[in-house]
Amino acid sequence: MAAVRSISRLLSQRSVSQIVRRGYADEMSFTFAAGNQVFYESASVRQVDVPSFSGAFGILPKHVPTLAVLKPGVITVTENDGSIKKVFVSSGTVTINEDSSVQVIAEEAATLDQLDLAAAKETLSSALSQMNSAQSEKEKAEAAIAVEVAETIVKSIE
Amino acid sequence: MLGRVGNLALLVCQNGPQLQQQCGMATLKAISIRLKSVKNIQKITQSMKMVSAAKYSRAERDLKQARPVGEGAKMFYERAEVEPLAEKPQKLYIAITSDRGLCGAVHTNICRQIRTILNGPDAENIKIVCVGDKSKAILQRTFGKHIILSVNDIGRLPPTFADASRLAAAILQSGYEFSSGKIFYNRFKSVVSYATTDLPVFSLATIQAAPKLSIYDSLDDEVIQSYLEFSLAALLYYTLKESACSEQSSRMTAMDNASKNAGEMIDKLTLTFNRTRQAVITRELIEIISGASAL
Repeated sequence: MAAVRSISRLLSQRSVSQIVRRGYADEMSFTFAAGNQVFYESASVRQVDVPSFSGAFGILPKHVPTLAVLKPGVITVTENDGSIKKVFVSSGTVTINEDSSVQVIAEEAATLDQLDLAAAKETLSSALSQMNSAQSEKEKAEAAIAVEVAETIVKSIE
Repeated sequence: MLGRVGNLALLVCQNGPQLQQQCGMATLKAISIRLKSVKNIQKITQSMKMVSAAKYSRAERDLKQARPVGEGAKMFYERAEVEPLAEKPQKLYIAITSDRGLCGAVHTNICRQIRTILNGPDAENIKIVCVGDKSKAILQRTFGKHIILSVNDIGRLPPTFADASRLAAAILQSGYEFSSGKIFYNRFKSVVSYATTDLPVFSLATIQAAPKLSIYDSLDDEVIQSYLEFSLAALLYYTLKESACSEQSSRMTAMDNASKNAGEMIDKLTLTFNRTRQAVITRELIEIISGASAL
């Protein structure tokens, strides 16, 4: 019984490593999740463009492993059939691992058609007035972040 | 408590036949009071079950969304093969519970794991963060000096990412410099089962010492620091969701069992009540008849 079990474990381990190897060869396992919604889960896509604090960059399969912190902006996902999906993210992280798996974790994300221009403009103006009336450094910094996010939303919708 | 007193009265009455008539009435009254209270309790547990069933289905839906967040956030630690540093033993344990009880052993399991570790060697380098009043209540008395932070108002509403990031910020600003840590939470498996598990968290220094970090390109400390802060929030968000779901499902089971037990008790009490009533009637009849025949 134990022997059978160990053999079956060996077999399953091998099949796992094969999958990983194949994944490394020509496609990436792309996970894109936000606090409110999951967009992709271990999906295979052609290309992902992300905005990060060290500059926007594109991720293709076999990208060099790296970590990055997202800044407010639009993530563009090019799927295997060439269709393009644009998603706005407020903040988050990008992880690209050695096995070509890519994880994008965002605090909040929404596709562009879910965003409303009028509401975004309203948020921008209220954030601006908040920044002007802020007393402490911390409040000012928080308001500045709100302004940055709102500005990017307005820009990305337009 | 009340129920036990009622039972006692019953026993006392059966032992003293000379007081039987008066006592028979008292017993009847006691049983009916008790029956009523058990029925009320059953109503309460039944409605609590309904409430937690509704909350559970929502929590499970939320959990499906939150799982990739947690899986993604912990993937880096696994891939980079980060290990706790031997020379810096400061550890931080985060207990994810909630404010509410009546949900089986979800909170006790978390606290038991932590207690076992704290009773072992090296306990002086471990600090605890209690999320939810329950873990604080359980751990405070014996391990009060290990607790550096406790958070409440968890479990009333479903946890949000904002909650998790506030919690992460509070942990990072607590001033405790840990090199590694663990988040203890209940991983939801199915409606009837959950597993108490832990997820690792690491500090900047520990990540930098990881053997496989060098394969990651263009990293500076600031990026890793922000990355870690965000991933702590993401992990906390994920564990809060898992725990909330386990808690609701466990409460559902607990309340279902409580209703079933109350039902059994009601059956037994009704039987005793009817028997006693019958006995009282019979005795009264005998008294009347024997009284009449004596004349």
